Amino acid sequence: MARVTIPIGPQHPALKEPERFMVTVEGETIVDADVRIGHIHRGLEKLFEQRTYLQNIHITERICGICSFTHSTNFCQATEYILGVEPPRRGLYLRTLMNEFERIHSHLLWLGVAGHEMGFDTLLMWSWDDRERILDLFEDITGNRVTHAFNTIGGVRRDITDAQIQRILHTMDIMEERTKAYIQVGLNEQTILKRTQGVGILTTADAKRLCAVGPRLRASNVKYDVRKNDPYAAYGELPFEVITSDTLDVHGQLVVRALELLECVKMCRYMVQNLPAGEIRVKVPRKVPPGEAISRTEAPRGEDIHYLRSNGTDKPERLKVRAPTLANILNVAHTLKGANIADIPLIVAGIDPCMGCMDRVLILDRDKESCKVMSAEQLREYSIEWYRKEAYR
Amino acid sequence: MTPIESLIYMLVFPGFLFLTSYAFFCQYLDRKLYARFQKRVGPPFIQPIADFIKLLAKEDIVPKAADNRMFSAAPIVGLAAVLTAFIFIPVLALHSVIPSFEGDLIVVLYLLTIPTLAIFLAGWTSGNPFGQVGAMRAIVQMISYEIPFFLALLAPALIVGSWSLGRILDYQLGGMWLVIFAPLAVIIAIVTLQGKLERLPFDIPDAETEIVGGPLTEYSGRRLALFRAMLDVEMVVGAALIVTLFFGGYDLIISFSDLPWYLPVLLNAVIFFVKVLFIVGILALIKAVVARYRIDQMVSLSYRWLIPLSVAQIVFIVVLKFGGWLI
Repeated sequence: MARVTIPIGPQHPALKEPERFMVTVEGETIVDADVRIGHIHRGLEKLFEQRTYLQNIHITERICGICSFTHSTNFCQATEYILGVEPPRRGLYLRTLMNEFERIHSHLLWLGVAGHEMGFDTLLMWSWDDRERILDLFEDITGNRVTHAFNTIGGVRRDITDAQIQRILHTMDIMEERTKAYIQVGLNEQTILKRTQGVGILTTADAKRLCAVGPRLRASNVKYDVRKNDPYAAYGELPFEVITSDTLDVHGQLVVRALELLECVKMCRYMVQNLPAGEIRVKVPRKVPPGEAISRTEAPRGEDIHYLRSNGTDKPERLKVRAPTLANILNVAHTLKGANIADIPLIVAGIDPCMGCMDRVLILDRDKESCKVMSAEQLREYSIEWYRKEAYR
Repeated sequence: MTPIESLIYMLVFPGFLFLTSYAFFCQYLDRKLYARFQKRVGPPFIQPIADFIKLLAKEDIVPKAADNRMFSAAPIVGLAAVLTAFIFIPVLALHSVIPSFEGDLIVVLYLLTIPTLAIFLAGWTSGNPFGQVGAMRAIVQMISYEIPFFLALLAPALIVGSWSLGRILDYQLGGMWLVIFAPLAVIIAIVTLQGKLERLPFDIPDAETEIVGGPLTEYSGRRLALFRAMLDVEMVVGAALIVTLFFGGYDLIISFSDLPWYLPVLLNAVIFFVKVLFIVGILALIKAVVARYRIDQMVSLSYRWLIPLSVAQIVFIVVLKFGGWLI
């Protein structure tokens, strides 16, 4: 059968953000896949270098709309490492609590998106309705639903009251009940099983070779979780299991995420019931001494890395962000090969991609096989040149 | 029937004018129920008509790569076919006006096949890769659901011993609804009707997240409006066919014989259309509780389960008939 190359993206209804997948198909089977990233580069890393540390907390939150809190946690942690300060225990607990709320809402969001990709819109509507409860909790505690402005260097900015603790416990009861219902649906609904089982298989060896992270890695039966393997914030004191699945496919990811939801609920209950008393933050100086630090967190989508270098001023010299999607996009190109056209959306959505987090400018010249990073001035020249040529095409 | 009466029958009631408004109402009901199942509010009553008028007013584009004549003809032919199919379904309890003849069931089934072909041609000639993939899927899907659909609708014809919708209806008016003898066939007919209408779990040809708009990707403006109307009317015709064949058409056990002649006719028509709404409700429920199948899974479901089951139903009826348990 003839080979046809189908472009998936940059504009495609399956992709919520612009990214390009070129898939070569024979009939309905994919024989080759290529991923091109870089369609929504936002120049954030450059921006970090021109703002103070306090301003940067708010910019890091805007790296991603879903895992906003984990990015700001990461940045605050890296700064705290260089400063050598340790936030008070109550502050760390609250920070961890928010991180787990974020995981609950992100996993519910993924469940809905996966449902939508396999044509199960009812699952989308129901799980996003439940997600609203977590967003309401966020609003209750931090004042904001998406970008919370809750983290700060040296702790968190707001304390919680006993009434709020009661509301959290109440919501967690509902969450547990709803999650169990979703696990029932995910494990028993025939059409879901048909669409997810055996789709997007990534073997353990491949997952390690391609540096997969997060639920994708754990669905490939690798017991790795930054929260357990390199505990940060209050995770060292919390009781929880690292969930893995040995089915290696999209259904495995569904199971991992659904069971992680239950673990999150367990952790949140433990945290609010054993919340230490005391201060929530320590005062830190405005200027950060020269040094460098790497901070790792387990974002809902996987391991998130921030590298920070300071130069003694109140602005960082360099902040490098390695968002989880950048690590996972490699295995998408791999798992797409041999899959069915109908499975593309599900495989891509399987890693819970966040293209906005991931994109960086890197000019790859395929003919000369060279790659270079461009400065703002060069980019401007390049764009002027490009559009001048465009006019005569 | 006089020519004037025929014209009214075709164009006003229950033909074109009434049928399209009723189809829009069914679309509203379908969307509203679907929304309520999903904890949404759903569209207002006027929404389907507003959508239709809006599409009529929009710019109508024919892509350069498309075959102009085929591209324009496909929606008109499809809509005409489903509108014609409804003429043969007995809605009014007036035997003099039902245009029934031996074999009109086959005509209706034939006319109901044309929309799928129209969609295939629309996608294939639109020159869009998504359209072509969608068109191929539509055809593959058709050869898998048409067989169980036909076999399921063969069951009532076999019980009555006639290919005429009118006679199948008469049989039910005098005795029991055929759903009692052929429950399996009803289920299969409803499931395959979902495939025919390209709705979940069989909306594979226009799977939004995979191939954008499927065969209708390149359509816009009034041609798209006609295609939408075609799918709505097709849903009504399919549901009406199931009601006529299995649920006694306009029959409702109660007798209206002591009323003036026109009232029973009117009441019977109302009963018929309410029954159709129930079938539409079932279709909406199915749509709400399942995920989409893949094309290979759809074919295997059809050939492994639906066809053997419908054959088993036929065998069961044949045994009943020759055993003398069925009059």
